[in-house]
Amino acid sequence: MELNGSQILLRALMNEGVDTIFGYPGGSILDIHDELFKSSFKHILVRHEQGAAHAADGYARSSGKVGVCLVTSGPGATNTVTGIATAYMDSIPMVIVTGQVPTPFIGTDAFQEVDITGITRPCTKHNFLVRHIDELANTVREAFYIARSGRPGPVLIDLPKDVMRAMTEYREPVSPSQGSAEPVYLPDAGPLTETVNLIKKAKKPVLLIGGGVIHGRATAELIEFAHKVNIPVTSTLMGLGGFPGTDPLWMGMLGMHGTYYANMAISDCDLLITVGVRFSDRVTGRLATFASNATIVQIDIDATSINKNVLVHIPIVSDCRSALIQLNALLDRNGLEKIREGREDWITRIGEWRTEGPMSYCQGEAIKPQCVIETLYRMTKGDAIVATEVGQNQMWAAQFFRFDKPNTFLTSGGLGTMGYGFPAAIGAQVAFPDRLVVDIAGDGSIQMNIQELATAVNYKLPVKVVILNNGYLGMVRQWQELFYEKRYANTGIGGQVPDFVKLAEAYGALGLRAVKPGEVEATLAKGLEHPGPVLMDFVVEAEEKVFPMVNPGASLTDMKLSSGIGM
Amino acid sequence: MDVQEHTISLLVHNKPDVLARIAGTFSGRGYNIENISANVTMNPKITKITIVTVGTQATMVQVENQLKKLVDVIQATHMKSRESVRREMVLVTVGGDREKVMKAVGELGCRVLKEKPDHFVLEVTGSKEEIDQALTYLETLDMKDMSRSGMVVL
Repeated sequence: MELNGSQILLRALMNEGVDTIFGYPGGSILDIHDELFKSSFKHILVRHEQGAAHAADGYARSSGKVGVCLVTSGPGATNTVTGIATAYMDSIPMVIVTGQVPTPFIGTDAFQEVDITGITRPCTKHNFLVRHIDELANTVREAFYIARSGRPGPVLIDLPKDVMRAMTEYREPVSPSQGSAEPVYLPDAGPLTETVNLIKKAKKPVLLIGGGVIHGRATAELIEFAHKVNIPVTSTLMGLGGFPGTDPLWMGMLGMHGTYYANMAISDCDLLITVGVRFSDRVTGRLATFASNATIVQIDIDATSINKNVLVHIPIVSDCRSALIQLNALLDRNGLEKIREGREDWITRIGEWRTEGPMSYCQGEAIKPQCVIETLYRMTKGDAIVATEVGQNQMWAAQFFRFDKPNTFLTSGGLGTMGYGFPAAIGAQVAFPDRLVVDIAGDGSIQMNIQELATAVNYKLPVKVVILNNGYLGMVRQWQELFYEKRYANTGIGGQVPDFVKLAEAYGALGLRAVKPGEVEATLAKGLEHPGPVLMDFVVEAEEKVFPMVNPGASLTDMKLSSGIGM
Repeated sequence: MDVQEHTISLLVHNKPDVLARIAGTFSGRGYNIENISANVTMNPKITKITIVTVGTQATMVQVENQLKKLVDVIQATHMKSRESVRREMVLVTVGGDREKVMKAVGELGCRVLKEKPDHFVLEVTGSKEEIDQALTYLETLDMKDMSRSGMVVL
């Protein structure tokens, strides 16, 4: 049967299991929207293409499926770039379909023409410009394959308008070509046996997990492994939820705003086993002193993550799950009881550090942002999908909410994209209409994609936005206080912050406000109960800072636990 | 850490943007391309690209792995100098005295591609060191222009 390009695109998307698309129409993709109109696809119309990209990302992070985003050429395409780069840094599987001017016009500076494959080359896993309709079905197949396989990532397909209008006989796509097939890495036996021997000998081992555990769906194997050999676990920001936050072996996040005990443990450990971690500078602090007493075993699917920032002793290039399954199997034949008992001194030592530097804050006259998160955690019993914006709100969410399950914490870790959380929460709510989805935001970052309130209201998506409103771009202000002698250049936005309650109402959402500590619980209760989208404005202590803090470039043991106190 | 010259041989799909992806990987990650040469292989759908770059051994492992990650890169091989044959070519325009030029041609073993009353175009093929030596020699004549290729390796 002869089909046009738009019909082939939709059929190819359906073949990949896609039923939901986040997008915004425009001249170059009118034909696709015309076909969408006649189809059964759920198209979520956002209010800005950046929102579409983040929503597709949130959909992908929460569901594990590939997020799909459809936008027009030129500005429609460039507006997605921040969202694409966000997904790329955090290895999120996404397919972005952009319209393009007709092929004869490419290169002529036509209206709404931009070289989007050129622009996104460094921030996509791969991208395609489809020049002929006969390439279309296969290109979509390859794009999804690339997005999902190996270390996942975003893939962009640029579709010229004439290709969408051309007709051809539809042929089912063939399997992806060899060229796009990443090697499947299975772990070598040698390093695994060596790792088991090290585990037996180690007195002070630590497990460090990252986003790879979540992408690799390795949580069950990880829990089994950690308990089998009784090793305390810490995580990067991206790994939160990969290991239960309520497990006795859990030490909390490490790094710049990690817990005192996790940072002390990693600095003192004699064996560090990392799973799906790429050693970001926010995690390691000063490289020369990072886990400097330890033999380091690194399990990662991406060979370029090995020895990039931290030199490791035993690299294991493998997907996390396969490596953990094999480690667990090897450990079955060994004296586990003896291994476990040998850890008692180490676990006691970590307990002492936990007593010395617990995660805490002081209550005051004003609402403490940490208290809002703790109350939210208590009231939801942790049963929520939590998205965050970027900055203090993100760090407090990471520190004071305990994530027990993978795919429940959606945050822009690598790129640090303000404005990510709200559209990501919308994407997650589309994937899970019946779950509680919360965006923890600041008064600065929520304004970066506030227009998506219209999307939430339009589709009756009951996303709950918790704004920790301190009147500042708080994390930047914190750095100005600590490193720029309190010169708060361009970070005080309190005077210009809109009335969030009225703003919510203007969009047709519910707006709530709490200004005193006593109002926190009642406001959250009312907001969480409401069946539609809610903006909750918590006016918090203006100059509260995120602690512990390791100054950029300092050693992880060199932490400030609160204002003026170093340890 | 020793900074050295390294040669990487790539087999890639012969697509319009493949060179941009490779060049972008180098520039985006702060690696440097000293010279480059590219042409199709026996299979016209596949191109062989030879890149000479400078860096430490550890950087080379990163470069190689980063290149292998590109979807259109089929193979990336770090060529060891002892096990491979490598050649560059340079075309040189020299003017001046015919006798001196012909002496150079004899000594350097180069070919005369073009002879005009006031200048000659010569071709020198050889290892990087041989090309460097030839250019040093030819500079003592009236060298007007040159065009030097990237390295090819097998």
